[in-house]
Amino acid sequence: MKFTTLVSATALAVASTAFVGAAQARDQVQVAGSSTVLPYASIVAEAFGENTDFPTPVVESGGSSAGLKRFCEGVGENTIDVANASRKIRDKEIKACAEAGVKDIIEVRIGYDGIVFASQKDGPAFTAFEPVDVFNALGAKVLKDGEIVDNPYNKWSEFNAELPDVDIAAFIPGTKHGTREVFEEKVLAVGCEESGALKAMMDAGMSEDDAEDACIAVRRDGKSVDIDGDYTETLARIDTNSNGIGVFGLAFYENNTDKLKVATMSGIAPSTETIASGEYPVSRPLYFYIKKAHIGVIPGLKEYAQFFIADEIAGPQGPLAQYGLVSDPELAAVQASVSNEETMK
Amino acid sequence: MTDATLPPETSASPAKAPMQPKSLYALDDLTRKRNAAEKRFQAYGIGAIAIGLFFLVVLAYAIISQGIPAFSRTVVEVEFTLTQEQYNAAEGTLFKTKAYEEIFINALSGQLQDSGIETPVEPEAIERIVGKPGSTIREFFRENEDQLGQPVRFDLAASSRVDGYMSGRITREGMTDSRFLMASDLDVVDNLVEAGVIKTVFNWSFITGADAGVDNAAAAGIGASVIGSFFMMLVVLFLSLPIGVAASIYLEEFAPQNRFTDLIEVNISNLAAVPSIVFGILGLAVFIQFMHLPQSAPLVGGLVLTLMTLPTIIISTRASLKAVPPSIRDAALGVGASKMQAIFHHVLPLAMPGILTGTIIGLAQALGETAPLLLIGMVGFVARGYPDGFIAGFTDPNSAMPAQIYTWAARSDLAFTEKAWGGIIVLLIFLLTMNIIAIILRRRFERRW
Repeated sequence: MKFTTLVSATALAVASTAFVGAAQARDQVQVAGSSTVLPYASIVAEAFGENTDFPTPVVESGGSSAGLKRFCEGVGENTIDVANASRKIRDKEIKACAEAGVKDIIEVRIGYDGIVFASQKDGPAFTAFEPVDVFNALGAKVLKDGEIVDNPYNKWSEFNAELPDVDIAAFIPGTKHGTREVFEEKVLAVGCEESGALKAMMDAGMSEDDAEDACIAVRRDGKSVDIDGDYTETLARIDTNSNGIGVFGLAFYENNTDKLKVATMSGIAPSTETIASGEYPVSRPLYFYIKKAHIGVIPGLKEYAQFFIADEIAGPQGPLAQYGLVSDPELAAVQASVSNEETMK
Repeated sequence: MTDATLPPETSASPAKAPMQPKSLYALDDLTRKRNAAEKRFQAYGIGAIAIGLFFLVVLAYAIISQGIPAFSRTVVEVEFTLTQEQYNAAEGTLFKTKAYEEIFINALSGQLQDSGIETPVEPEAIERIVGKPGSTIREFFRENEDQLGQPVRFDLAASSRVDGYMSGRITREGMTDSRFLMASDLDVVDNLVEAGVIKTVFNWSFITGADAGVDNAAAAGIGASVIGSFFMMLVVLFLSLPIGVAASIYLEEFAPQNRFTDLIEVNISNLAAVPSIVFGILGLAVFIQFMHLPQSAPLVGGLVLTLMTLPTIIISTRASLKAVPPSIRDAALGVGASKMQAIFHHVLPLAMPGILTGTIIGLAQALGETAPLLLIGMVGFVARGYPDGFIAGFTDPNSAMPAQIYTWAARSDLAFTEKAWGGIIVLLIFLLTMNIIAIILRRRFERRW
């Protein structure tokens, strides 16, 4: 029967390709993780493929937490080799890794990323913020007339006459992003303390931990919107809402200066210089993590890591800095730790 | 027609016969109401179509107007000599493509000064204008070492910002000086356009090329992911068509009607409504973590999409088998054919157009699917080049068209958004072609009884 032979032949063909595929060793580096690190990783991956004889690494996105979770699934060719993260790996994650057999992890810091507050270029004059302003606008509970109350403010000018008289509308990264953590730590918590809300909460009988948690809680009445997607989504929201304030990475803002204007934080304008010097307060280091067990098994893994942090790439003149990464002043130390394959304790 | 049989006199003089029931030509209230209801219903229908058409036109306009710029690109045409020493020096560095870029930029800026372009041109300005020519130059001279020391003509892609300026996305008024493009660079660009050095050509590399890094939008193309989609569709076709058809033939023609087959039927219908991301989770767990198939491979993508397409194919195949009149089966059985002969010689050929239409529509659906690919590693910076061979096409990491579009749409350089719209046009062309093939098959081979 012609039809049945055709069926069995194709089934056989597909099955055999499947086996060939399974038998083939993986020869490219597999990377996943933070969407903030993704642009840098893709620049490096492209250059690595073009400049060496190794195949171009595969870089997937998905967020720091998702990437580290996949990283900690175990050792072997069907797991990823490198996890990108826009925050440090947590103790919990190190433990989960160890339980799955991923014991030796090499931490690589690639540089710093600034977090900026930007609004529509032709929109209201949001040009200067203090952490207190952001806290008053977005905190769940704020200090008003000496008392802790549910955030009563509707307009920026209600708590700071210098800010525009427009409705509060903020687009901040959702909780799955590493950026959110930095936003909470370096802006909300600082603003909470400066405004005196932290002290007032503790005076009212909250423990320090509870008060700190209450400080970084964001209001839930729709004035602040969590963006779970990428910065392009935040940009689209700002595009349609002239009163909107968005939280972006410095590199994203610099790529879109013709649509956005940036606000200073504590009087400092964000730039690679002010972030490198530490003057601009809202910045964070970016990392990637390597499975030591895969070095020597997956061809090009160590070379990829070394290429990534080479002076020509991650240095102040390299393509990463060109794109918006603030290069690490201690790059030499990082290079040494990678070439010695120093693992985390 | 009852009204046609009525003699005309009755309608001409209805008043003369008061006892007679009302003429059918004079509409009574109920009829008028019914007619009005019909008119209204037609208006609703036309309204619905008009709204649908309106959105279709808006969508098509948006896609075409935003996607067309992706099909043209700005190139810098230069003649350029690379000496053996320069080649050796560049090959000795770590970041070779950057070294080539620097050699090229210095050569070009010297050339421009000699040719008497009015504006002073600094190397930094050229670097902002020309994008990333390093890899093109390196690749060329590595393949043609005999060309070293001779002038070679290159068409090198300009940076994505200059491309945006040429296509009107970036205007002089709307732009701000940034390290990617300065207002003064635009003067240089204008001069170079006049001198014929910079020109706009059809962007073949968008159709044939592979994905590029986030700082190199001008070089990005959709070609590699088209290949990825192609290999995925091969897997889907060669798995889901035989499995789907065999399953439907058995269920329709041979299986006894009992609770168990009822259960299977219900489950197949349910499977058709399962969100596709669920198949992605299943694919990650079964094909990658359990069966150890390679990550980011079109083979795994194809297997996942097969699961998604199967219900569509089974449902449409069963419908077309049912549509073949029983008299055909009876006649075949009556002249002594076995059941299998009756099915394979008579029923299946007649049902084929319906089966193929269902298959193509299922494939088209699978072609546009992104969600399951997210989980098996086909979304991200993946589509870097063409596979080395037929088998490598299944196993080498690659992306797919919708996944590539999704990736581009999330990148910060707006030139990638343009690429994403261009990618949508390419994807739509593929879908349109597949649907047209489905219609032609149905028109040509469908039998009516």
